[in-house]
Amino acid sequence: MASRARFPTLVVFLAPALIIFTALVIIPVFEAAIFSFYKWNGLGAMVDFRGLENYLRFFKDAIIHKALLHNFIIAVVSLVLELPLAMALAVTVSDRKFKGAVFFRTFFFLPYMLSEVITGVLWQFIYHPQYGIVRSLFELFLPGVHPPALMGNTSTVLWAILLVVIWKYFGLHMTIYIAGLQDIPQEQIEAATIDGASRWQIFRKVTLPGMRNAVQLSVFFSIIGSFQLFDIVWAMGKGGPANAGETIVTYLYTTGLQRFNIGYGSTIAVCLFLICLVFSFFYERIVARERT
Amino acid sequence: MKSMMVSKVVRNVVRYFFCVIVVLCIAVPLYISVMGGFKELGQLRAAPMSIPDPFNVNQYLDLLSGARGSFWRQLGNSLITGIGTVAVVLFAGTLAGYALARIRFKLNGAIYKFFQLGLLFPLTVAILPLYLQLRTFGLLDRYLGVILPQAAFQLAMMIMLLRGFIKAIPVELAEAAAIDGYGHFNFLFKIVLPLSTPILTTVGVLTLVTSWNNFFTPLLVFNDPIRYTLPMGVMDFMGEHAADWNMILAFLTLAMVPAVILYIVGQKYIVAGLTSGAIKG
Repeated sequence: MASRARFPTLVVFLAPALIIFTALVIIPVFEAAIFSFYKWNGLGAMVDFRGLENYLRFFKDAIIHKALLHNFIIAVVSLVLELPLAMALAVTVSDRKFKGAVFFRTFFFLPYMLSEVITGVLWQFIYHPQYGIVRSLFELFLPGVHPPALMGNTSTVLWAILLVVIWKYFGLHMTIYIAGLQDIPQEQIEAATIDGASRWQIFRKVTLPGMRNAVQLSVFFSIIGSFQLFDIVWAMGKGGPANAGETIVTYLYTTGLQRFNIGYGSTIAVCLFLICLVFSFFYERIVARERT
Repeated sequence: MKSMMVSKVVRNVVRYFFCVIVVLCIAVPLYISVMGGFKELGQLRAAPMSIPDPFNVNQYLDLLSGARGSFWRQLGNSLITGIGTVAVVLFAGTLAGYALARIRFKLNGAIYKFFQLGLLFPLTVAILPLYLQLRTFGLLDRYLGVILPQAAFQLAMMIMLLRGFIKAIPVELAEAAAIDGYGHFNFLFKIVLPLSTPILTTVGVLTLVTSWNNFFTPLLVFNDPIRYTLPMGVMDFMGEHAADWNMILAFLTLAMVPAVILYIVGQKYIVAGLTSGAIKG
């Protein structure tokens, strides 16, 4: 019934969502853009206009450079390791003749259901130099060697976090791929098999092109997610030690809500948003070009 | 023929080996958490992988009886914020989704695009102004202070799902209803909603899971430990019992249980909602 309605009816239907959405999503985003030009601690009047000072600071800030590099490493490693792993598992458990497939795929998704904080704390135990599993493995295979404090060492902490990120999220990507695989007509694969194509050829020429939507979606989620990472990192040492695990959002949180530097914090937020926006824009472009 | 049989066997062995390795990578940490909660500290330190000997239920009992930590209260807080968020999203989202799918008016397209902006704005961009706004409204340390922002940031996605579903309901039904003289409210409540249970469940379960695991918003809003949700409770508990890893693991295990139950019950809907963008539109 695509019909008309009287104005009051329309208001009743749309007002709740519009009010909540405008007040708590749209307005704060624009406010962040305004705050980013000021020096302000969030109390009293916002009067100390600083022009582009915060933005210049952003580009020169050594911690920002570190954090951006970390986010970038997380994004790249996720693309190179996590997504292929998820794809291999999706193809494996999508075979109807593979007994136990349903169990495997259900179980592989389980980590995604656990909260980031619970996951992070659990892995802190696993990495713990006095208790953890890493220590046990060292005692088993390298007796006499001191186990490293993976979470306390600036050269290992990022990789320790990355492993947890993969552990937690590969199931989501696998599930997206499984949905994409189900969308491929079985006849195409059968036809290719009859033509004598090898499994790898079928995967490259039939399966992968047929899953274009699923792959695009998962790559998008993975990259945006890598740049928005907060909870796991916070639960695993709040970005420390010495900023070695810092990500953009942990730095944003400490700057804005622990040091109450609302102005510079907003600048970080706006820059992060612009990075994601520019990425989405080019990603859409590339995706659209590939379609034609 | 024989070589084909052999290659089939080899392929199966490789596949099972691969899957079992991944199962172990997931299961071992979970096993350590569950079993670690039953161990005495000395045994946990000496043999984190072993079966508890003796089986010490004190950690779990202390947590469940409230002698240590505040498991039940934090579970309650997670439930209140979760159910509250689901209620707001379903109420506001269904009304808006219906209007955008079924009512013809001038700004329909523009308002839909406006909501879609929400997909571009992650919570992180808005977090500092949001904090100040909630402070001005007096919503810090209130359940609503978490419920409303969580709902607001879910709305864009959920309105899209709901509108898409409601749009696909056959037009003949609408015509029949129009002949019966139904207004929009009657049509929504008597015809659309009963037909929409799958999408309403998907939206509800997905919102509940997101709220349940959310840490950022409660961290921002709740300062008073009496309001802490489970993820915040886990962080807090860890800070307080830094050396008692058997207690921490017991707490983690208890905190995982609701999510696992939710997964078992709502799996179909969670997967459907998360993968709705993966298939060709």
